[in-house]
Amino acid sequence: MRRERVPIVALVPAAIGAAFFIVPLIGLIVRSPWADAVAALTAPETLEALKLSLIASLSATAVALVLGVPMAWIYARVAFPGRDLLRALTTLPMVLPPVVGGIALLLAFGRRGLMGAWLATTFGITFPFTTAGVVMAETFVAMPFLILTVEAGLRSMDRRYEEAARALGANRWTVFTRVTLPLIGPSLFAGAVLCWARALGEFGATITFAGNFPGVTQTMPLAVYLLLETNHNASFILSLVLLLISLVVLVGLRDRWLGSA
Amino acid sequence: MRYRVAVAVAAVLLTACGSSGENSSASPSATPLSGTVSVFAAASLTEAFNALGTSFQGANSGVTMKFNFAGTPTLVTQIEQGAPVDVFASADTTNMDKLTGDGFTAGTPQVFARNKLEIVVASGNPKGITGLADLAKSGVIYITEGPTVPAGKYALQALKMAGVTVTPKSLETDVKSVVGKIELGEADAGIVYTTDVTAAGNKVQGVPVPDADNVIATYPIVAVKATANAAAANAFVAYVLSAAGQAKLQSFGFLSAS
Repeated sequence: MRRERVPIVALVPAAIGAAFFIVPLIGLIVRSPWADAVAALTAPETLEALKLSLIASLSATAVALVLGVPMAWIYARVAFPGRDLLRALTTLPMVLPPVVGGIALLLAFGRRGLMGAWLATTFGITFPFTTAGVVMAETFVAMPFLILTVEAGLRSMDRRYEEAARALGANRWTVFTRVTLPLIGPSLFAGAVLCWARALGEFGATITFAGNFPGVTQTMPLAVYLLLETNHNASFILSLVLLLISLVVLVGLRDRWLGSA
Repeated sequence: MRYRVAVAVAAVLLTACGSSGENSSASPSATPLSGTVSVFAAASLTEAFNALGTSFQGANSGVTMKFNFAGTPTLVTQIEQGAPVDVFASADTTNMDKLTGDGFTAGTPQVFARNKLEIVVASGNPKGITGLADLAKSGVIYITEGPTVPAGKYALQALKMAGVTVTPKSLETDVKSVVGKIELGEADAGIVYTTDVTAAGNKVQGVPVPDADNVIATYPIVAVKATANAAAANAFVAYVLSAAGQAKLQSFGFLSAS
């Protein structure tokens, strides 16, 4: 393969662009108090936030799988009027500022919200200030990543396998579980991991809709933000943990599913 | 060395302005002031400082006021991380002392206002809250500010003095988000300043905290060392401390500085 000489007009802005991403990461690594790392990581409030973050983000991913895979299947396979509009509406949180999402959730599922008021008076269920509220906020922001990834997988798969299975007498459920799901396995996995990573990092919708209380609604990003005011070192270390998770997710997905050569 | 001299000059200027502050008003000074004055102020000062800024700007047409309102510890963090700021107004002395101790201020902070705590509830007081003890009643969703936010720290002190033990449902980042969640109906009661209840109008109402359990919040103000516009920054500080500034603050429900 012939190597292209990089022209200077491309090299300079590209180098500045790369530095823009890399310098903050170096800053975080250099400024982190490595000596205090273990103490900061094992402090009760850190462990509490970490545990809550894992529970909430995994729950959000589970909800997204249960609701999002059927949505993706319908978007990919069923032509109906308004499909594009519906897809746009249900993936809007990808570009919506999360804090706006949080306000919208309050107006819908808050104690006085459209649905929330009915849920509160009829069943006594309220979501703000609960871990369930955190899961809702995270699902709202993260599920679109799963929907779009799975839909792309469904659209690009070879449908002749499904047709063959149908011709051999399998019913639609069997075809879906035994043929379609295994074929889109990589997309499903990538979508779930992207969704989980986004849920883990969720901040704006969570603090707006669910509030902030240690052990109940204070997830890792909230703890990072609030610790910056009281305990820089713990904040830096927690940031590094989140950075590390993001890095593992990205590298893992790139090598296996996002098609690097 | 030149840096130190500049700081000393700024400090002298500030003291001079401060001491003459009693008589000075928003009237223009001898040399017209210009440029931008960026003020970082505690969230509870939002309405009062916006009004002070408007009248200061009215009297000094060359000056543009910019405000950043947030929880006091958030502001301290932002200033210490190098945010461009000329004046800092804190809702307690602890955060101010931290900033002063870390060497970010020019001159001595001066107390310009005081404030009292009040319980904020939805209008009509649907849960029938009559005092601090009611916050612990079952079925009451109580929220407050985090313990590093001055109002949150004062709220803890007031509850302790009243002998009330209550676990909040959320630790918000400033007084305004507590008022907001009461307005939206997500929470039933919170502890904020009397001025926040006044500022929110008829959407919420206040339940007084008796003086015996109440905590008086002290608000100090100071010019920040990194200011690029010391003259205008000091003039604004002097205006806040002046009789006109004090009258404006009291019209928003603040108690006088002393």
